Amino acid sequence: MKLRELTSPVTGQPIKDQVLEGRQFSDRATVAFLVILVITFILGLRYIYLQVINYEEFSTRSASNRVQIVPVAPNRGLIYDRRGRPVAENNPAYRLEIVPEKVDDLQGVIGSLGQIIELPEDTLEKFERNRKRYRVFDSVPLKFNLKEEEVARFSVDRHRYNGVEVVPYLARYYPYGELLTHVLGYVGRLDVDDLNRVDPGNYRGTTHIGKSGVERYYEDELHGASGVEKIETNAQGRTLKVLEREAPVHGDDLILSLDVQVQQAAWDALGDRPGAVVAIDPNDGSVLAMVSKPAFDSNLFVHGISGKDYQDILDAPGRPLFNRALLGGYEPGSTIKPFIGLAGLELEVISVEDQVFSSGRYYLPGQSRPYRDWKRGGHGWVNISSALEQSANTFFYQLALDLGIDRIHDFLDQFGFGTRTGIDLLGENAGILPSRSWKRGQFGQPWYPGETVIAGIGQGFNVVTPLQLANALATFANGGTRYMPRLLYASKHAGNEQAVKAQAPVVQQVPVIDDANWAIIREGMRLVVHGEKGTARAIKPESGREMAGKSGTAQVAEQAEDEDMDESTASHLRHHALFIAYAPFRQPSIVVATVVEHGGGGSREAAPVTRAVIDAWLDQESGQ
Amino acid sequence: MRRLLPGWVKWPQLDVPLLAGLLLLMGFGLFVLYSASGGSMDTVYRQGTRMAVGLVALLVLSQVPPHILRIWTPWLFVAGVVLLLATWLFGTGRSTNRWLDLGFIRFQPSEIMKLAVPMMMAWYLHPRRLPPDAASILVLVLILAVPAALIARQPDLGTALLVAVSGCFVLFLSGLQWRVILGLAGLAAAAAPALWYVMHDYQRQRVLTFLDPESDPLGSGWNIIQSKIAVGSGGLLGKGWLNGTQSRLEFIPERHTDFILAVLSEEFGLIGVIFLFAIYLFIAGRGLYIATLARFTYARLLAGSLSLTFFVYVLVNAGMVSGLLPVVGVPLPLVSYGGTSIVTLLAGFGILMSIYGHRNFIR
Repeated sequence: MKLRELTSPVTGQPIKDQVLEGRQFSDRATVAFLVILVITFILGLRYIYLQVINYEEFSTRSASNRVQIVPVAPNRGLIYDRRGRPVAENNPAYRLEIVPEKVDDLQGVIGSLGQIIELPEDTLEKFERNRKRYRVFDSVPLKFNLKEEEVARFSVDRHRYNGVEVVPYLARYYPYGELLTHVLGYVGRLDVDDLNRVDPGNYRGTTHIGKSGVERYYEDELHGASGVEKIETNAQGRTLKVLEREAPVHGDDLILSLDVQVQQAAWDALGDRPGAVVAIDPNDGSVLAMVSKPAFDSNLFVHGISGKDYQDILDAPGRPLFNRALLGGYEPGSTIKPFIGLAGLELEVISVEDQVFSSGRYYLPGQSRPYRDWKRGGHGWVNISSALEQSANTFFYQLALDLGIDRIHDFLDQFGFGTRTGIDLLGENAGILPSRSWKRGQFGQPWYPGETVIAGIGQGFNVVTPLQLANALATFANGGTRYMPRLLYASKHAGNEQAVKAQAPVVQQVPVIDDANWAIIREGMRLVVHGEKGTARAIKPESGREMAGKSGTAQVAEQAEDEDMDESTASHLRHHALFIAYAPFRQPSIVVATVVEHGGGGSREAAPVTRAVIDAWLDQESGQ
Repeated sequence: MRRLLPGWVKWPQLDVPLLAGLLLLMGFGLFVLYSASGGSMDTVYRQGTRMAVGLVALLVLSQVPPHILRIWTPWLFVAGVVLLLATWLFGTGRSTNRWLDLGFIRFQPSEIMKLAVPMMMAWYLHPRRLPPDAASILVLVLILAVPAALIARQPDLGTALLVAVSGCFVLFLSGLQWRVILGLAGLAAAAAPALWYVMHDYQRQRVLTFLDPESDPLGSGWNIIQSKIAVGSGGLLGKGWLNGTQSRLEFIPERHTDFILAVLSEEFGLIGVIFLFAIYLFIAGRGLYIATLARFTYARLLAGSLSLTFFVYVLVNAGMVSGLLPVVGVPLPLVSYGGTSIVTLLAGFGILMSIYGHRNFIR
């Protein structure tokens, strides 16, 4: 346009043309508006992308934002003894928990908490280790079993600790302490390793898990099933309301076959001597008592044992952590004689009339090594009954030789020697029942006749546990039914009125070829206590109660392990004293196997313990 | 009545469609604010008071003819720059020197510049022939860059960019040749990486977070993630007024100020967002239309720039809330809770009203 060229006649400057500029402006404004429209359209697409196309995802995320699924830990089942005495309880306690995500300066907060609540070094270490199994927004337990004044002090200062909370919980408590430790075991802090053997989802709210004993074996039953709470929280994680709740299924209450009073009797009778006692009801395989001494207080482990306490236990004489009843391997000694004798009778190698002359020394043909009787000069002529009564070795040397090691093995195997009883505890020792093939497999050596001779009196390769011995005798006492011994007597599922009785499974029925043979052995064992020459006649009850027993002595001369460094050498070289017994004689209701380590002779040391246990049981049974 | 007033007062000379759009927007805004503040009538009253103050400013300014404004413009601009310099020396406020405390009132001088910069540029261009020549462009860039740099230093990068953008719109509307525009844009793009080096750490963090919010979902990425969740979970129809869980349970940060659009999107869904965008488009479009009605350069450029800048606020805020842009502190105009911004914006619309009212004046 020409107008553009106009200049002002006054200034010589070009004159502005408002019309042209206005048109130009309108063009630009239109362009700008179109650009705005395009950008708005793009923005609109973005909102469609978020709100329509990805609606599902964001909707879900919004829901999971506000709804938290919180596990609700079930209450651990209680444990009772067979007469209803609680042996593992849940007591109200308080623990300190931290949500690491909500704490800016974790170390600083822990440091300042340390001034009002005692936080030992190993507690903090455990906390650090445990944090791994939690997510950042989970609450991680820092310290358990707070003292009342610690809870009070924290409550006063609570506002200073965002993300730290005192949480009530139920703490395991074992009222009988060390008396039942080896049976019950204990619960301890759940750690990363434990999660490998349980369903981690079910343990999200759980802090403690059975670490040993019954607590561990029946973990699943005792623990129960975790519940879930759906709660609505705000951005700060504060709970606004519970939307849904699926209650946890509390753990089963267990009733053990143990009788605390019998257990106590065994405990007291053992006194300060290391040893073990196992008592079984031969009628159903239920375990009435299981003591191993020395022991320790399992309550120490529940809240996380301190390094010092643990060292004390490790350093204590007699290895308190070692469960002798279950793991202790001992030579059976003469306690094996009734079984050898029964083998001889049942396999018709001997009869009740057969007699052997005991001169005090027994020689293998063509060998000069003497095999001795315990009584100098021997017992004279003995048959199976009197050989049992007096524990005459010569009789059993000859019998073992006549049977041969493989027949001994096969017969004794039926009673569970050399195999785990299958009791409801973990880590059982299988013991050893030697045979030709066993020796070849173990040492690559042939079997020597001399080894058969000493096997007849339970020496040499034989290894039994007190539990095994008790169960073998229970099998004999009840006429051949070999149960898998049970600690669990009954269990009560949460919400159920009635407890369900547990049934000990039968492992094997030992065939009875001739009942008379069994009676002969029973009579021999009766004479051990009631006979004039009985090795355990000292414990013969005045009350007219009849019982059957057999003493045994396990040699320790070869034992290299120095367990009791403080005690005199003489004591630690002394043999282990063993005694097995059952009562009442006619209708046995209890079988006991006792080992007193370094006790010397079985009759003198182990028999009175056994008798005390039997009395405690029979007194209760007869209501005294 | 008209006789009692000076002759230049055209009473009432308000653009009814624009005013209706603004009132509709503010009404809707208060509605959303009530929910975003967790049902606090207190907040709504305070916001309403500010809106009233802003509307008074709008009415007053609508009666000031553009040529009077044009005369005042250099003084306003100089005053704004001085105040910005004053914040440098006497500024108050959390960690940033944005606020100036005059004893009876605290305000952000940078808000003044949102108006003063386009006004000054329009003032400069007014007597000159368009499109501007090279020398003019240089002067204009200085008018734009000095306040922007001062604001960026505060540091308030968001406002600085918006001030710069409002100036750029003046340049664009002044009919700058496309090749010059492209050249300047190329220069700006080339200078963008340099921006990284002058940015504060927290600003860099925002950019990094924008690029990958999930890298720190509970820390710096929280805002963007929670905002997107709120928007997305709103769906087509929304969760309903007062029913937005993201906002009521306090997952959305700054939910009644910069992120109020997230609340709106959550509770009113895509429908609500489209409705809102439509109002904004209408207001901006109406503003541009008013600009085309003006008869002289100053009014045209100012009206056009104000309308476009207004919409840029919307685009930046909506982009930020939906995760398209980094988190910059740009409120949703006339909806976000906050004093100065509402008053400035309404004052700007007062200028538009005045330009509309005095459209038949040629000065």
